[in-house]
Amino acid sequence: MKRLGKKDELCIGCNQCVDICSNTYFREALKEKSSIRVNMESQKGYDINVCSQCGECIEICQIEALYRDKNQVVKIKKHDCVGCLMCVGFCPEEAMRQHDDLIEPFKCVACGLCAKNCPTGAIFIENVDLVELVALGETATAGE
Amino acid sequence: MNAKEVLKGHKSLAEFRYELGQVEKGYTNRSLYINLSDNKVESKPVTDMMKEKFTGGKGFGLWYLWNAVRPETKWNDPENEIVISSGPLGGITQYPGSGKSLVVTISPLTGLVIDSNVGGYFGPLLKFAGWDALEVQGKAEKDVVIFIDGNEGTVKIEETPIEEKDGHQIGEMLTEMYAESEDDKRNISVVTAGSAGEHTLIGLLNFTFYDVRRKVVRLKQAGRGGIGTVFKDKNIKALVVRFRGVKGDLNHPSDISRINKAGVRLHKEICKFDDVQNKMRQIGTANIIEVMDEYDLLPVHNYKYGSHPDTYKIASNVFIEKYITQGKPDGCWYGCSLSCAKAADHFEIKTGPYRGQFVTVDGPEYENAAGLGANCGIFDPQYILESNFYCDTYGVDTISFGTITAFAMECYENGIINKEITGGLELNFGNAEAAMELLHQMSRGEGFGLIAGQGIRRMKRLFVEAYGADPKFLQDIGMEQKGLEYSEYLPKESLAQQGGYGLTNKGPQHDEAWLIFMDMVNNQIPTFEDKAEALHYFPMFRTWFGLNGLCKLPWNDIVPESNSSALEPAKIPEHVQNYVDLFNGVTGRVIDKEELIRQSERVYNFQRVFNIRMGHGKREDDKIPYRSAGPVTVEEYESRRERYDQQLIELLGYNPEGRTTEEKIAVLRRHREDQYEKLIDAVYARRGWNNNGIPKINTLEMLGIDLPEVIEAVQPYL
Repeated sequence: MKRLGKKDELCIGCNQCVDICSNTYFREALKEKSSIRVNMESQKGYDINVCSQCGECIEICQIEALYRDKNQVVKIKKHDCVGCLMCVGFCPEEAMRQHDDLIEPFKCVACGLCAKNCPTGAIFIENVDLVELVALGETATAGE
Repeated sequence: MNAKEVLKGHKSLAEFRYELGQVEKGYTNRSLYINLSDNKVESKPVTDMMKEKFTGGKGFGLWYLWNAVRPETKWNDPENEIVISSGPLGGITQYPGSGKSLVVTISPLTGLVIDSNVGGYFGPLLKFAGWDALEVQGKAEKDVVIFIDGNEGTVKIEETPIEEKDGHQIGEMLTEMYAESEDDKRNISVVTAGSAGEHTLIGLLNFTFYDVRRKVVRLKQAGRGGIGTVFKDKNIKALVVRFRGVKGDLNHPSDISRINKAGVRLHKEICKFDDVQNKMRQIGTANIIEVMDEYDLLPVHNYKYGSHPDTYKIASNVFIEKYITQGKPDGCWYGCSLSCAKAADHFEIKTGPYRGQFVTVDGPEYENAAGLGANCGIFDPQYILESNFYCDTYGVDTISFGTITAFAMECYENGIINKEITGGLELNFGNAEAAMELLHQMSRGEGFGLIAGQGIRRMKRLFVEAYGADPKFLQDIGMEQKGLEYSEYLPKESLAQQGGYGLTNKGPQHDEAWLIFMDMVNNQIPTFEDKAEALHYFPMFRTWFGLNGLCKLPWNDIVPESNSSALEPAKIPEHVQNYVDLFNGVTGRVIDKEELIRQSERVYNFQRVFNIRMGHGKREDDKIPYRSAGPVTVEEYESRRERYDQQLIELLGYNPEGRTTEEKIAVLRRHREDQYEKLIDAVYARRGWNNNGIPKINTLEMLGIDLPEVIEAVQPYL
C-alpha cells in the first residue's frame, strides 16, 4: 500500500509541503486547502498530520464514494460524493479535509509531490503491506 | 414480468412540463398540485406568508389541507388531500437527520389531521426536482402511478397494470422501472402503500431509498393514522420521483459554512460518543428495549405491566448478535451518521405469501419490538422481525397493529370476544401464530382481520353493540385516544407523560413529548407548573423538526460531552444552537432559539384550531383511557401493590390496611384522574388556551397566526 510516511522529528516546520499540496490541487497557497498539515503548537515539536490510508472512511461512506485504487490509496469519487462530510467527522487521524469553498472533502492521495520538496526527508512515499497493517489493527478493509 | 416491459403497458392520463428552476435558500417557492379526479396538474406559488407563518414541511401540509377540506370532510371524500413536504432544511447532506418528509391528511382513524414524519429520499428529491410540496387531491378511477422527473421537468400521471400490491414489491419494481441504470437507482424514491391499505384503516405509506451497499430497496414508514388507507382510496399505486445530481449545496444556502461546521461537529460527537451513549449506529432505537423493561415502562399485556421476565429474549443484544447486519451504517438520507435505520439481511420468512423467501427487514425499531412483541406477550425475535416485515410490506402501522392486537388479546382473555367471533384465532397473550394470522387476514381482507383493522375505537363500539361488552371497561383498557392507538410506552407512573400523550394534536404518539425520564426517573419537573412548562416547550421544540424536514433523533439521542453541566441539560442547548445555525445558514433569516419555538407555536396552534374546525380539539377530546394513568384491574394493582399502597399512604394519607383491592383501586383512581385534570388546567394556561382547550384570540394574535379564518373557527367557543 502506497502512502505518505512521516518522521515528525525531522520536520522543521517550513510548511513547503503545505504550499505545494494546496497549490497543486487548488491553485493557491492556503493551508486550509492542503491535505497535509503541520501542527506547530505541539510541545513535542512539529506534528505532521496526514492521511494514513487506513481506510476507516470507506466503511463510513454509505454510497461507496470512497475506494482504494490499484495502489491501495484511498480516493474519493467526486462524482458520487454528495458532500455529507461524515468521513471528515469519523476520520481517526482527523486527516480528511473539508473547505467551505468545496462541496466534497479532500485528502492525501500519496502523490508524493510534497515529499520530493521536503528539505529534511520528514515526509516520504512508502510502501507498506496492507495485510500486515490489518493484522496490526491499523487499517480497515471494506466489507468487515 | 420485467419492470421495463410493464412500463410499456402504462397508459398516459396526463403529462405536465415545467421549468426546472432552482432552490433558493431552502425553498423552491412553488408546490405541485395534482387532482386525480380530473388529472389536473398545476404549479402553485409558495407565498411569503406561507414561509413566514408556516415555515415549511408539516406547516405547508396543514395550510394546503386547511384550504382543501371543509369541516364535514371525511377521509375518503375526494377533497381530502395527501400533502408531502420536506421543509427548508430538508435535503442538506451535512447534518444528520436532514432528509425527512412530512405527510399530512385527514385520518380515517381520527377524522382529524394526521401528520407523519418519514425517512427515505422522497421529500428531498421532490424539492430538488423543483417542488417544496406535493399536494394530491381527488380520486383516480383506476390504479395510477405519478412520476416526477426532476431532471427532465415532467410530471406524468399514468394508469398502471401493476398487479403487485405489497410495499416491498412495488418499491423494487418501480425503482427498476424508472432507473436508467444500477447507478441511477439511488436517484429514485417511491412512495407506496400495501395490500392491507385496502381493507383496514391503519394503512401506512412506505417511502423508499436505494441502499447502494446492499443493492436493495429499503422502506421507511409514514406509519401513523392510516395515511396508506387514504392513498389506496385514491387509487394511487405509487408516487415516484427521480432526481440525479444531489450535492451538498443544492438548497443554495445563505451561508454554507455554518452548515458545514455544525455538521462536522455533530459527526465528531457521534463518532466519539455513540458507542458509550445509545449505540444508535449498532442497533438504532431498539437499544432501549431492556432499558424500558428495567424502568417498568415497557408495555406488556396491553399496557397492564411495565416489564416481563422474558424481555431478555428480545433484548437489543439478541438482535445485534443474531439478526442485524453490523458494520454498515444505515442512514435514511445522506449524511446521517447517527444511522438508526437497521437491516436484518437474508432473513427467511416462515409464514404467509412470502414464506421461504429471503428478505431484508428494516428494523426492528423499539416501537416494533415493544408493540408487536412485549405488549402482546410475544417474546420471540423471529416473530418480531417477521411481523415487522409483513406490517411494512402490507402497509400496516406496526404501532397500531401492536396496540390493537394487545387490546384484542385482553378482550379475548376476558371472554368479551371468543373463538367464534375471531373465526378460530386463539388470541391469548403470547400466541404469535394467531397474531401473525391476524396480520395476514388484514392483507387478504378476511375474517377478524377486517374488524381489528378498524382500530380500537371502532372495535370498542362493535364489542359493546354486538357482543354486549361493558363500555366502561373497554374505555378503560382500550389504549386509544382521539381514535389513534397509543405508541409503546407505559405512561402510568408519569403524569407528565400522560399529558405528553393526552394533550397531543394528532393523538397519543410520543413524537410531541417524551417526558418519562425527566418526570419519573430524574424528578426534574415536580410541580404542575414545571410539568406544564415541559408540556409547552418540548412539544413545540419537537414540532419544529417537522416544519424543517428534520429528524428528532440527532437532537437528543446523542449529547455533547459538556451537556451535563449545561443550564438545562434536557434541552441539549448546544444542539438547539446547531438548529438555529442550520436554519439561519440555509434560509438567511435571523432567528434565535426563542423565535424557533414561536415558529412551532404558530403551526401547533393552527393544528389545534384545525381540529376545532373539524369538530374536535376540545378538553373532552384530551381525555385519556384510565389504563394509561393507573391500574384498572385487580391483577394490575396487585402486581405493583407495594408501590400503589405506599402512594395511597404518602400522597393521600389513606390507610390501605384491611381494604379490598377494588376499594384501593377506586381511591387511587380518583386521585390520579384529579391530577390529570389539574395538569390539563396548567398546560392549557401555559399554552395560552382557555379552560376548554381553545386557543385564545390574544394567543393567536401574539403569534401572528390570527388569520381571519382561524379566528372564525375558534370564535364560537370563546
